[in-house]
Amino acid sequence: MDKPKVATTSLAGCFGCHMSILDIDDRILKLIELVDFDKSPVDDIKNFTGQCAIGIIEGGCCNEENVHVLQEFRKHCNILIACGDCATMGGIPAMRNNIPLKECIDEAYKNSPSVYNPKNITPNDKELPLLLNKVYPCQEVVKIDYFLPGCPPSADTIWQALVALLNNKPLDLPYKLIKYD
Amino acid sequence: MSENLGTFIKNVCHKYKKDKTRLMDIACEVQEQFGCVSGKAMDLIAGEISIHRVEVENLVSFYAFLSKEPKGKIVIRLCNDIIDELNGAEEVAKAFSEELGIKVGQTTADGKITLEYTPCIGMCDQAPAAMVNDVIVTNLNSDKARKIAHSIKKHGDPSKLSAPLGDGNNANELVLSMVNNNIRQKGEVIFARHEQGAGLTKALSLSPVEVIRDIKTARLRGRGGAGFPTGMKWEFARQATGTNRYVICNADEGEPGTFKDRVILTECPDLMFEGMTIAGYAIGSETGILYLRGEYAYLRAFLEKILSNRRKNGMLGKDVGGKKGFNFDIRIQMGAGAYICGEETALISSCEGLRGDPKTRPPFPAQKGYLASPTTVNNVETFCCVARILDKGAPWFTEIGSQGSPSTKLLSVSGDCKKPGVYEVPFGIKVSDLLKMVGAEDTAAVQVGGPSGQMIGPADFKRTICYDDLATGGSIMIFNSTRDVLRIASKFMEFFVEESCGYCTPCRTGNVLLKERLDRIIAGKGEPSDLDYLQELGESVKVSSRCGMGQTSPNPVLSTLKNFRGQYEKLTKRSKDGLMQSFDIKAAIADAEAIAGRPSEKFSLNS
Repeated sequence: MDKPKVATTSLAGCFGCHMSILDIDDRILKLIELVDFDKSPVDDIKNFTGQCAIGIIEGGCCNEENVHVLQEFRKHCNILIACGDCATMGGIPAMRNNIPLKECIDEAYKNSPSVYNPKNITPNDKELPLLLNKVYPCQEVVKIDYFLPGCPPSADTIWQALVALLNNKPLDLPYKLIKYD
Repeated sequence: MSENLGTFIKNVCHKYKKDKTRLMDIACEVQEQFGCVSGKAMDLIAGEISIHRVEVENLVSFYAFLSKEPKGKIVIRLCNDIIDELNGAEEVAKAFSEELGIKVGQTTADGKITLEYTPCIGMCDQAPAAMVNDVIVTNLNSDKARKIAHSIKKHGDPSKLSAPLGDGNNANELVLSMVNNNIRQKGEVIFARHEQGAGLTKALSLSPVEVIRDIKTARLRGRGGAGFPTGMKWEFARQATGTNRYVICNADEGEPGTFKDRVILTECPDLMFEGMTIAGYAIGSETGILYLRGEYAYLRAFLEKILSNRRKNGMLGKDVGGKKGFNFDIRIQMGAGAYICGEETALISSCEGLRGDPKTRPPFPAQKGYLASPTTVNNVETFCCVARILDKGAPWFTEIGSQGSPSTKLLSVSGDCKKPGVYEVPFGIKVSDLLKMVGAEDTAAVQVGGPSGQMIGPADFKRTICYDDLATGGSIMIFNSTRDVLRIASKFMEFFVEESCGYCTPCRTGNVLLKERLDRIIAGKGEPSDLDYLQELGESVKVSSRCGMGQTSPNPVLSTLKNFRGQYEKLTKRSKDGLMQSFDIKAAIADAEAIAGRPSEKFSLNS
């Protein structure tokens, strides 16, 4: 039987959650015995090759590209895990949510003291995905099956979640793994 | 002007003996005189009573009737609770808005008139209603609104609006209000004829401990809604250590749909003051405070007069009722538009000249309340019961009503019925009997106990109103089958979002989330799983909030989820592809498309 497939992506995140995935250290060898990685920055596969068992999402949605990717993940993954605080709550990128989009863009490209932009250009190439009016946590856009809190969730948390899901066991995270103060 | 301000503030602060616990009164007077408590005024007040300016700002920013920015000489506050809304408050707002040429929330260009919304002002039986400064106008419609706007533009005198005058003491020369009592049913306890002062005379012939014993024997429980045994509360306050003790009467009835205290304050204030005096005697207090909600400021002069009469007659002051050594007096503390101040510890904060933040318990007010002294806070109606119990005896009191809930209860009935108003009914009355009594037909839902209570459907109409079944502080709102219960629940959540003091995250944030999710369901974009979300979140807010408000604020959602689940289920459907129906990509990228001046590459084609 084929190994179940896992896909991962980083949307409006900092790749910290992916770093934490790698932080499972040598357990990654065990992991690749258990699963194949599909679309993921870990193996640099750009497009889904088929249906996956688990999709791990880092980051919320700040632009249309994020929405598109997340919707693709929903279509191709049986279970979606929102991994980390940005995916579950918007996180740091969502700090812009109380500021109108135009102000954010102007601050970034025109008004900020460190900006050097003599032609006063705001980048507007078709290749650039349009920003959303605010940053959305993943569950606002698609149905999410599990949430892993943390910034980032520790490697142990991610490991235990994956192992439990792959073995069809209930996920039991000890308090110390999800306690953050 | 600034010199005026300086002198005024100096005088006001002097009047209150530069006592910082009277900051509420000082700020209210400044607001009334200058239409705001400006930054400059805050500096001056702070200097005068030797506190930090931030303490003044803290207070001013908290209360709805105080403002840092100038408001008009006349402020029109339109009540926008659900009953007013169902009776056409929106058209009234539109008429005011058109006639004054401003939107709700704005002030006219000449700075004379401000138009704004306010939550329930206690006039649901004569809705829609509004406050024009302290003057109440009731039974509004768009024609009346235009007339009012027109006439205050002309003469600028709200007091000319009170015609025709209302019934009973509403026509008293110190009240002169168009408010009506609408007493529909008189019972044996509160609205029955009684000999004035009989309860107090009897009390003074007993020892304080005997008075408390009588209240305990009568099994009197708090009429504000929570139903704590009054005698026990008094005993705690009496036994607690402290040099001063205080009696506070909670006349801050802010629960939407409640207005029975307003009628007591208008028609039987002496009975209430008598009850307070008995409480003072029982717990060994010399000072009583009547905390009167800002919305009822129109009753203040009348109540002050009653108090001064009582002083003249020896019923307040030194050696009250001829009892050597029993000194007791009562002052009125005005509120300034904050629902949370109906919560007893928040009310105490407010009396102390602070923001109306609830306090952490324990210690309970009976041990450490007002100014850290033993304090009993009781409802207006409770004090009336006290006076009657002392007069007629505990056995008489317990014979009325039901086994677990003796005596009568005042109900404020409003909504879809022929005879809205105040009913004094024995505890244990069936909801269906009450509905018959008030002339309600085709009733689909009854909100018992206001937004913080519960909404029940016809299946529960056989239940009874009493502490052991459907407990209520008195608010009964009736809705017929043309009303949308989920929209009503949403309206109630809007109220709690607005009124949360902001201290506890579950209440401050949780109520916002509850309302958002509820609105999503109402918009037809909800998932079945949203019901579990609402249930879980609602329960979390309940268990993790500090005061009674947070602990009851999810009730509109939780009780409709329980009793009107079908309505929710009708509106929710499972998404087949796992994409959230509530997420609107078009709306989410509209801003960016406008800024970029180009349509989305990804999402413009595929829909």
